[in-house]
Amino acid sequence: MSRFREWLAAGPLVTDGAWGTELHKRGLAAGETPDVWNLQHPERVEEVGTAYREAGSQVILTNTFRSNPMTLAGCGLAGDTEAINRAGVAISRKAAAGKALVFASIGPTGKLLMTGDVTEEEVRRAFSMQAAALAGAGADALLIETMSDLSEARLALAAACETGLPVIVSFAFDSGRKHDRTMMGATPEDAARVAVEGGASAVGANCGAGPAAFAEICRRMRAACGLPVWLKPNAGMPSLVAGEVLYSESAEKFAASAAGLLGMGASFVGGCCGTSPEFIRALAKRAATCASG
Amino acid sequence: MAEFGGLYDAILNGDQKVSAALTRQALAEGVDPADLIHRYMIPAMDEAGKRFECEEYFVPELLLAARAMKGALELLRPLLAASGAQPAGHVLIGTVKGDLHDIGKNLVASMLEGGGFQVTDLGADVSPAKFVEAVRNTGAQIVCLSALLTVTMTAMKTTIEALQQAGLRDRVKVLIGGAPVTEQFAREIGADGYGANANVAVALARQIVAAAQ
Repeated sequence: MSRFREWLAAGPLVTDGAWGTELHKRGLAAGETPDVWNLQHPERVEEVGTAYREAGSQVILTNTFRSNPMTLAGCGLAGDTEAINRAGVAISRKAAAGKALVFASIGPTGKLLMTGDVTEEEVRRAFSMQAAALAGAGADALLIETMSDLSEARLALAAACETGLPVIVSFAFDSGRKHDRTMMGATPEDAARVAVEGGASAVGANCGAGPAAFAEICRRMRAACGLPVWLKPNAGMPSLVAGEVLYSESAEKFAASAAGLLGMGASFVGGCCGTSPEFIRALAKRAATCASG
Repeated sequence: MAEFGGLYDAILNGDQKVSAALTRQALAEGVDPADLIHRYMIPAMDEAGKRFECEEYFVPELLLAARAMKGALELLRPLLAASGAQPAGHVLIGTVKGDLHDIGKNLVASMLEGGGFQVTDLGADVSPAKFVEAVRNTGAQIVCLSALLTVTMTAMKTTIEALQQAGLRDRVKVLIGGAPVTEQFAREIGADGYGANANVAVALARQIVAAAQ
């Protein structure tokens, strides 16, 4: 049995919640690239990972969502790509304390291939560099997340699979009336096809919408392929209340619907924007109840 | 006069090569540029927008249509300028301070250009001071603000406040958009409008220009 299947043998796993907002609580300035803190304030990044592990996360991610050299170049840090990614894995490994798996996060480049701003070769190279650094630092698996464009996802998947680690590819379905399309129009079925063709170990959805919309995405992904499904919904939709951004769902309400996704056959469930260790604690509690029931 | 229905199709299907070739051919045959724009090009972009609204088109199809439109418009622009025709309006656009995301902003800029607007793109991570300076130095009637992050959307508020403090708020209408932005947020920070997508942004910009005339 592959390592990946072994992890899931005892049942679905609870993953973590948002990192950016947790880092903001610890002093990260608005607009500052969170990944830079892997070098500047590793202890504060570790606190976030520890908080999730203590809340019940069985998988924690790394603070490397923006750590591809193309995105880091936007803040003049392309030269630190290797160091930031390596530090990201080391920090999460320490926070996991042998009790959680560490899946390394790879986000989109933020550039559109079809407008010609960047070439396929540049994108491939950017993902390769990041994936190699994350794998070299000892991540358990690589997670390509918040993807919109199938072409970019294919490039990232090819680069990530070259490392030999299990790879999960996850899309942001934030468009369409039912929140079942990515910004670029891709469907859950398209995502499943790209994942299977590219040799991913799992396919998924993150960000984009609250847990309610994820039920249908989960069903469609499972119908479209035999891969395990990874889901990280937002805590509902954001609104600004007295100058603060608030998401519409409470930890308890979120946990109830996210636990429902486990019941639908999702293999990994956690949270994206608007979630915190409190949300994961509530989810882990429900997941434990489901498993024993 | 020859019919150039193929130009409508080329733009709607996002075929920039064909749209440019047909525009050149039409000009060689002496077709009035304004006629091309109003009979074929704008209706094609309107149809692309409708298809986007009913989810037959997504961002890629819209971007391609906007590019085919722009390719044709660029050929017509010198002639339009010579005849004294004005663009639909002048728009300043940028992603607010602290936010480096530019896909959404670029898409709105392309769609506005496709809609016949003159667009000045200030880029990403644009400070309130830079927006103020650009409003002061240009005759722009509309300012479009973009933000992708919940932590940077508050910079939309500070940008509007900076326009107020500079005494320029009445000179421009401010439209905002981006993933975390909502109609309610637009009202709260005193923006003049919120576009849920690039297509709505063009419609809002047109309404603003029409209301001012």
